[in-house]
Amino acid sequence: MTTLPETTNRKLGLVIDLDTCVGCHACVISCKGWNTENYGAPLSDQNAYDGAASGTFLNRVHSYEVQPLATSEMPHPAAQLIHFPKSCLHCEDAPCVTVCPTGASYKRVEDGIVLVNETDCIGCGLCAWACPYGARELDAAEGVMKKCTLCVDRIYNENLPEVDRVPACVRTCPAGARHFGDFADPESNVSKLSAERGGMSLMPEQETKPVNRYLPPRPKDQMDQPEQIDILAPFLEPIVEEPKGFLGWLDKALEKI
Amino acid sequence: MTIQQPKIDTSPKVSDEIRKTTCYMCACRCGINVHMKDGKVAYIEGNRDHPVNKGVLCAKGSAGIMQVNAPSRLRAPLKRVGPRGSGEFEEISWDEALQIAADWLEPIRQENPEKLAFFTGRDQSQSFTSFWAQNFGTPNYAAHGGFCSVNMAAAGIYTMGGAFWEFGQPDWDHTKLFMLFGVAEDHDSNPIKIGIGKIKARGARVIGVNPIRSGYNAVADDWVGITPGTDGLFILALIHELMKAGKIDLDYLARYTNAPVLVNGDPKSPEYGLFLRDDDGKPLVIDRKTGKLTAFDKPGVRPDLHATHRAAGVTHRPVMHLMAERYLDKQYAPEAVAEECGIKADKIKTIAAELARVAFEEAFELDHEWTDFRGEKHAKMTGRPVSFHSMRGVSAHSNGFQTCRALHVLQIILGTVEVPGGFRFKPPYPKPVSAHPKPHVGVNAGAPLNGPHLGFVQGPDDLALKEDGSAARIDKAFTWENPMSSHGLMHMVISNAHAGDPYKIDTLFMYMANMSWNSSMNTKGVMEMLTDTDENGDYVIPRIIYSDAYSSEMVAYSDLILPDTTYLERHDCISLLDRPICEADAAADAIRWPVIEPDRDVRGFQTALVQLANKMKLPGFTNEDGSAKYEDYADYMVNHERRPGIGPLAGWRMGKSGLTHGRGAPNEAQLNSYIANGGFFVKHIPDASAYYKPWNKDYQDWAVEMGIYDSPQPYVFDLYVETMRKFQLAAEGHGDRQPPDHLRERIKQTMDPLPIWYAPFEDDNVDTSEFPVHALTQRPMAMYHSWGTQNAWLRQIHGRNPLYVPTKIWEANGFAEGDWARVTSAHGEITVPVAHMAALNENTIWTWNAIGKRKGAWALGEDASEATKGFLLNHLIHELQPPKGDGLRWSNSDPITGQAAWFDLRVKVEKADAPPESQPGFDPIKSPVAQGPNELTWKVGK
Amino acid sequence: MHPAPSVIVFTTLSGLGFGLLFWLGFGLPDVSGWVAFVFFAIAFGLAVGGLLASTFHLGHPERAIKAFSQWRSSWLSREGVAAVGALVTMGIYAAALIFLDVKLAPLGWIGALLSLATVYATSMIYAQLKTVPRWKTSLTPALLVSISLAGGALLAGQVTFAMILLPIAAVIQVIWWVRGDGALSESGTDMASATGLGNIGQVRAFEPPHTGTNYLLREFAFQVGRKHSMKLRAIALGLGFILPLLLLFVPFGHVLAFLAILLHLIGIAASRWLFFAEAEHVVGLYYGKR
Repeated sequence: MTTLPETTNRKLGLVIDLDTCVGCHACVISCKGWNTENYGAPLSDQNAYDGAASGTFLNRVHSYEVQPLATSEMPHPAAQLIHFPKSCLHCEDAPCVTVCPTGASYKRVEDGIVLVNETDCIGCGLCAWACPYGARELDAAEGVMKKCTLCVDRIYNENLPEVDRVPACVRTCPAGARHFGDFADPESNVSKLSAERGGMSLMPEQETKPVNRYLPPRPKDQMDQPEQIDILAPFLEPIVEEPKGFLGWLDKALEKI
Repeated sequence: MTIQQPKIDTSPKVSDEIRKTTCYMCACRCGINVHMKDGKVAYIEGNRDHPVNKGVLCAKGSAGIMQVNAPSRLRAPLKRVGPRGSGEFEEISWDEALQIAADWLEPIRQENPEKLAFFTGRDQSQSFTSFWAQNFGTPNYAAHGGFCSVNMAAAGIYTMGGAFWEFGQPDWDHTKLFMLFGVAEDHDSNPIKIGIGKIKARGARVIGVNPIRSGYNAVADDWVGITPGTDGLFILALIHELMKAGKIDLDYLARYTNAPVLVNGDPKSPEYGLFLRDDDGKPLVIDRKTGKLTAFDKPGVRPDLHATHRAAGVTHRPVMHLMAERYLDKQYAPEAVAEECGIKADKIKTIAAELARVAFEEAFELDHEWTDFRGEKHAKMTGRPVSFHSMRGVSAHSNGFQTCRALHVLQIILGTVEVPGGFRFKPPYPKPVSAHPKPHVGVNAGAPLNGPHLGFVQGPDDLALKEDGSAARIDKAFTWENPMSSHGLMHMVISNAHAGDPYKIDTLFMYMANMSWNSSMNTKGVMEMLTDTDENGDYVIPRIIYSDAYSSEMVAYSDLILPDTTYLERHDCISLLDRPICEADAAADAIRWPVIEPDRDVRGFQTALVQLANKMKLPGFTNEDGSAKYEDYADYMVNHERRPGIGPLAGWRMGKSGLTHGRGAPNEAQLNSYIANGGFFVKHIPDASAYYKPWNKDYQDWAVEMGIYDSPQPYVFDLYVETMRKFQLAAEGHGDRQPPDHLRERIKQTMDPLPIWYAPFEDDNVDTSEFPVHALTQRPMAMYHSWGTQNAWLRQIHGRNPLYVPTKIWEANGFAEGDWARVTSAHGEITVPVAHMAALNENTIWTWNAIGKRKGAWALGEDASEATKGFLLNHLIHELQPPKGDGLRWSNSDPITGQAAWFDLRVKVEKADAPPESQPGFDPIKSPVAQGPNELTWKVGK
Repeated sequence: MHPAPSVIVFTTLSGLGFGLLFWLGFGLPDVSGWVAFVFFAIAFGLAVGGLLASTFHLGHPERAIKAFSQWRSSWLSREGVAAVGALVTMGIYAAALIFLDVKLAPLGWIGALLSLATVYATSMIYAQLKTVPRWKTSLTPALLVSISLAGGALLAGQVTFAMILLPIAAVIQVIWWVRGDGALSESGTDMASATGLGNIGQVRAFEPPHTGTNYLLREFAFQVGRKHSMKLRAIALGLGFILPLLLLFVPFGHVLAFLAILLHLIGIAASRWLFFAEAEHVVGLYYGKR
């Protein structure tokens, strides 16, 4: 089963909005909590209360500083900080699946979710080697590969109210920076958001065809553009230079109310 | 080939039961669904119906399960057996623990109640703990607001009867421009994240003003990397620009603020600078219709912002004139402030213009008819879609109060407070200063204090002074040093008690306050004060009782430990009498209830207090027949009545004809109703009452019905704070109560009734060429105070804290990744790991707050990265300013409120050889609990 | 990549073992009886020992049998299948040779080719990985196969072949290094493509997602200093190829042969350590570790 399905019926995945993510790590811990208690082995922690702890997480939030290039108009552009959540992208051409020697890794035909069947996993780690995104972590206690399941045990779960049938990370995200849906459906929320906002694939040159999309940050620090002051100047046209003049204006202005 | 996928169960059982309660992983008070399996906590998620978080939950909240199983949980009451600070204890029974406490406290109460100092840290049950302290009779009670954000709270209440904090919120549904000042990423955190997400999805813009571009500032469309401590100056420049362009809401100022109120202009008068008032004491304005002096609130009056009143050869001018004179001055021109603030003049102008454009060009109307307090009917509500929020960043400076005031004045002149699209109060706010209590210090041995401890002074007469003029309170709150210290000064308690100034105490009783570590400035000094002995070998602070759920650093410095429960094992009420969880559209309160039973010999602190009160038969806790009124905290929550019909919980009270909300008699089944409703109660405000609340007749009536006030309390915003002028008048020599001479000048200078800016005091006290760098801390969104780092999941995200260094300083020192720096202030020195950050004010360094831990605390191993690489900036900050050579030690705080000025800190940074561990290092303390397990595979339902 | 001892031992020893089996399969040297036993014992010892070592890095070695199932798509599975095929075939061949003194030559050839295939499959496990640009080249199978054949020849006493193959392997090794040093930057994967933020400006990793360590950092973020790496390359080249070659030119004896093989083994172990330690996995980009 290590071969990839030719096509999948649906392409479930996430849109992650880099313009809105405040880097709070809510998704990280919500994921840890749900997936420790649910699908497969618990996500273990080593050195839990000593040294530099190390544990298995299926979703982690990086942060990057981006220094825009100086231009003649903006000689000293401010650096930007971008929070960057990252979990399995459920690639269409998932290299982690084809390298698996036991068939434990597979991509589901019905929805494209990439999963690990833990009872077949020998913990060789090759799938993690094949993944360019660092989406897979070998659990040190259980010795099997763990990865984002897109909360496959939530999204169809009839024991949950329908509104909660979304991945734990999406349900918990306070800023609403995470969206879940079917990319195979051009009318879905995720397809539309991605189309409107220029959803990006990570490392397209790796030719993994990730399903998840990242919405780029909107342009920042527009007020630093020199022309802004000219555009906005009319709103600050002085009525006076001196306090006395102000009082004269005040009297006139009050007449109009 | 046919693909055969494994068949998996996509509908596994989620849990046996969901128990809904209130989170306590920070002060946000979100609703949580606790999923139970086999009677154990399996999973925690946000409660979708809850007014605060609407289903979402932050990292801390989701990590609650690791807090509930934390190895650092204290297991039983502890009695100290080794020297203080050693961490040597023996476990004792609750009977013994309560007996020891009562034996210590009862003689104090009978003879000298002020010898008990009871301070409750991050307590969220202050209406209860203050009630206890009041009934004990000590004047020495407060929570942690003094070192947290009292500037923000007090400036808000004195200016507009409500503050930012969690006491109000932007109108997320309508605002188009949201400007955020000095917010660390914690308070009211989920609502702010939800709000930012909401407005960004709508395409509204966010401006972040913060030296550090992290968190909310990272997603802000525009970032203003301001120099710390200069926010006030920047805001006054915005006010200058807006006034100069006439971009102010004159109608709003005339109707809803004291801008038209006439100020006594006679320099010779003892009332110079106070309001002209009528015989009823009402401030006077000139009615634009009649040109006559009229009470500001007279029905039909049209207050004139322009007209003056001339009498006896003196011209009395309205506040508006004073503001024009003050703020149109060139000292506030963008060009004049640009360098000091580190913001280009053009950028200041651009921001002012954008504020003006959005407030006035994008104004809109809602079709809600309403009637104002003067009886005038309005067909519509005008919206000005500019909103502001701010928190500790602008607050924790010695100029913080005036800066917070300046920000409120800015939003008021734009007419954006309590209007659609602007800033909105959450009940029980708005509430004028006059409706708040004043501080009380009337001590009578064996009897309750004469009133609530904390409050809002309205002049020198309200100061908490003894007859000889010395401080009545151990923390010197409400004295000439800091007259408007509404939250008390917890950060001064230990240092004052140690110095015996203003007097010695006998017992220090604290709750949830990690004073020997991250909750103090001058951490090492505090440890020394707590362990210092007198000539007889007795401890200078004779007795310390402490309550905490966890093995924090403070435990070792206490004599008697009352172990608290975790938040899922306890009753609590998040009360309208205290810090509520209301929304701008609704009044709400909530409870915690034991969703699991403790597996240790611990008790909720509030229940322990009830039991202690019963042992001492404290009035207020004792019936006339001598029997106890309350068995435990749950009993108190249901049956206590603060005023007839008003109790800690507003929902499901007993009315004359069945259940009612707001006012009503106690209902024995009240907690069951809360539990059935998800742990909270919410009552929506009618549409016509939703805005203009301070002046909206319908809202005022609704608030009375709900029990928020006993009578309508309409008021106007105080652009000009007359109370401050009264303190200035005293400093100028008027009145009976006079400040000591050494404080006169400072009071005259800083207690200006209109917002001013002055440089942070530290800039005058240290050589800024030697200490050119500003140093700040922020609290990360995934870790709160000291409650989080021992959490096995969260400590993986923030297990140590580098010192973030801006590019200029990074390059000047030739820093590289992995390097260490020695950071020196006038007070101390630390050596710590550095990291580079470009999106940072070029003269500012910072680090995450309270990540560093002491070895032996929190059930962590001695190699824990928190102890070896983590550090506190607190070592660099002192509760006092450096000696000035005048023989006095001035406190390092705001001169108005006493707020600890820990963001005033100035340092120098040098590259240092890497020490083996962060410096200063401390010896490990003995842990009263065992170290946590090495490996966690936590799964409840196997 | 983390230079895990188990994987270094595995690829070094099994490469040598299968290399020896290759030559033995073709009857080079043409041995029988106890001499054959010794040769085959060494070959099997190395190949099987290496394979066993490789199971040490598995989370669940007891499930290793499942790894034979996916030979249609997985190089790791193919390696397993080829290794078992080679060992079984050569086992029968060897048993016949030693105990029956029967030389089943075609079986030997098949076994030899399967041995070669095993080494090739091993090399393809690495060469297929786009995520490690240093490995993603047909030079990787060339390198591992040529080293295996050269080492095998050395061990099999095939001096002439060894004298030809050692220089070839050495040249491939040098080319592989030179190409490898530029492979990541040639690959087009960098922090800009990893984050999609390159069009805003220069991207730099700020706060990592966790202050502790994790599987990814342990496995993929290994970094080796340039100076250290050059020293090791010199050792690998000298001990693995040049010294054994020089020793082949002096009159050959058992002691010198043993020395040549020992040096070769140490050199190849160094080469293999570098093979992993220098390999940059693109995941490191997310952590700013490249």
